[in-house]
Amino acid sequence: MSNILTIDKLTMRFGGILALDNVSFEVKKGSITALIGPNGAGKTTVFNCITGFYKATSGDLTLHTRDQATSINKVLGQSFQWDDFYKPRQFASRIFYKMFGGTHRVNIAGLARTFQNIQLFNDLTVVENLQIAQHNTLNKNLLAGVFDTKAYKLSEQRSVDRAYELLEVFQLTADANRLAGELSYGQQRRLEIARAICTNPEVIALDEPAAGLNPNETEALAKMIQMLRTEFKMTVLLIEHDMGMVMKVSDFIVVLDHGEVIAKGSPEEILKNPKVIAAYLGVDDDEVAA
Amino acid sequence: MNIKRSLLDATVAGILALVVFGPIMGIVLDGYGFNLDVPRVAIITALVFFGRLAFHLAISTSGGRTFFQRFEKGRAGSITVTDPSVKTNLARFIPFILVAAAILPFFLGKYWISVLILAYIYILLGLGLNIVVGLAGLLDLGFVAFYAIGAYGLALGSEYLGIGFWIALPLSAILAASFGAILGFPVLRMHGDYLAIVTLGFGEIIRLVLNNWTSFTHGPNGASAPPATLFNLEFKRTAAEGYTPFHEFMNIDYNSTHRYIFIYLLVLIAVGFVLRLKHRLVKMPLGRAWEALRENEIACRSLGMNHVTIKLSAFMMGAAIAGTAGVFFAAKDGFVNPASFSFIESALILAIVVLGGLGSTVGVVIAALLVILIPEVMRAFSEYRYLVFGLLMVFMMIVRPRGLITITRDSKYSTDGGGRAADARNKENAA
Repeated sequence: MSNILTIDKLTMRFGGILALDNVSFEVKKGSITALIGPNGAGKTTVFNCITGFYKATSGDLTLHTRDQATSINKVLGQSFQWDDFYKPRQFASRIFYKMFGGTHRVNIAGLARTFQNIQLFNDLTVVENLQIAQHNTLNKNLLAGVFDTKAYKLSEQRSVDRAYELLEVFQLTADANRLAGELSYGQQRRLEIARAICTNPEVIALDEPAAGLNPNETEALAKMIQMLRTEFKMTVLLIEHDMGMVMKVSDFIVVLDHGEVIAKGSPEEILKNPKVIAAYLGVDDDEVAA
Repeated sequence: MNIKRSLLDATVAGILALVVFGPIMGIVLDGYGFNLDVPRVAIITALVFFGRLAFHLAISTSGGRTFFQRFEKGRAGSITVTDPSVKTNLARFIPFILVAAAILPFFLGKYWISVLILAYIYILLGLGLNIVVGLAGLLDLGFVAFYAIGAYGLALGSEYLGIGFWIALPLSAILAASFGAILGFPVLRMHGDYLAIVTLGFGEIIRLVLNNWTSFTHGPNGASAPPATLFNLEFKRTAAEGYTPFHEFMNIDYNSTHRYIFIYLLVLIAVGFVLRLKHRLVKMPLGRAWEALRENEIACRSLGMNHVTIKLSAFMMGAAIAGTAGVFFAAKDGFVNPASFSFIESALILAIVVLGGLGSTVGVVIAALLVILIPEVMRAFSEYRYLVFGLLMVFMMIVRPRGLITITRDSKYSTDGGGRAADARNKENAA
């Protein structure tokens, strides 16, 4: 299996704090990869770098989606280099990404995400939430919209139909025309995942999807994550604290502690790894070395 | 009903009124001394006392309570989702309202027509700003700058380039939109307060440039603007060269009201057009994207939407509408000067938007009419009209903080009617 996302020597510095130090790992296409670690280990920082919400201090992040390689640093807009002076094409692309680049390019490249604290459009209906996620595929011609042309109506109705398909899968059809802010917490979590899927990503990054869910809901969520791979053919990247769920669904685990990768491997390997046990249970450093 | 409590409550209100109004209204300066004007204070205190008493008694009756609960409910969840096929009463009356508005000027004098034109111009401005503030959630305190650009576009365009009203109309809209783009592109990466301050500064810059660049704009003296023409017919007693006066062409006596009626009808058409545009925009992907951006910018970015260009489109659209309104304003008075574009105008337009409800179309129309017409109606007590206006705003913010009109959203169903059954079930459960 080929890698769909490679992270090479990712370093992130906030002022004097080194949040991530040379983090490197790969995500295989079609896998469910989990990122775990104690609180403050830097998991969400890795996520924010991958999804383009933070600009990495150094390191290469490459997405291999939609049959091409996308450098996440490049689409966020980089500062000018000396060789831009005699490479006009490179210079032009840099200016283009400086003006029109940004976080949204990562999503367009094929990576969607959800958030640790749910980020929905609370005053819009559930269907509209899903329609907004399809914004880039809709008929956005201003005149077509104002005169309500046939092509425009078709494009709108298609987006509604797509929304209902996903609502069916995520068992939200009955709440389709309610405001997103009125939904229960568990429903909001599901809606956020459905909305991410609406952008047709190849990789979906879930930031603590089980936070705040009860055991039954967590079980349903585990099934849903497996379904993302089997039915939607997506690669899943996951941050999660619920170890039971992580061990059950993921086939590759990366463990972070203090901004460094301390272990990588299958769930069985991770369970036996003394460094991981030490990081979670807090054993003395010399004991680990021994 | 608790009369004792009501009396106590009213007494407290009365004492407060005495404290507040006593020194302000009771002491009248007379040369170096002063006179006490007891009756005035007594009247106002009595008004407050009995008003508060009546209010307190009214809310303790069951009828009064249900009446006021209606406002409470509107506060909690003022957004309702309705089926788009359900026509509101308002939608049925729209043709009648338009026809009535179109024949109205023929029964009015010049003064009232010009007041109504101003009100319609403010409807345009309110709708334009409502796109920026209400839909896209960008607080713009310098909106009047685009209005000024539109107005000066006509005045200076005719002076230096010789363009008339009809060419200036689209050109000023484009000019205002380009200014919006130039201002917007660097600053729209900012949020909330910062953006408000930058736009405030922009509004002042435009006004100061118009005021001080005397060689180009004639400074505080202002510039004259050409009136609107109807197929080369001018609404003047004697037309300029190459034009025919309207009254000669029609073989009727000259009447200066004709010019106002003509502009009135033009502005009415413009209002109708912008209303339609706004009505469609909120249902279109662009309008939806604006609202999404207002709700949650982080989520928008994570969904592949370029927040800068989407904000920019809202900013430019609003600016273009303001530019159009500016052209009408200049054509109405035949004269523009920088004093018409001070910060208070921006604040007034913002007041219209907030009063009407962020994102609401009908609300803004009503609010614009109220804001412009109430001070005119109340000219008799002109000294107090801004006081009354201010009180009205405070009162509105207490009872209807989300605007005059509750916002509705359309429910949507899949092609095979998915969601309809569930909606019906939900409604039954709620009932």
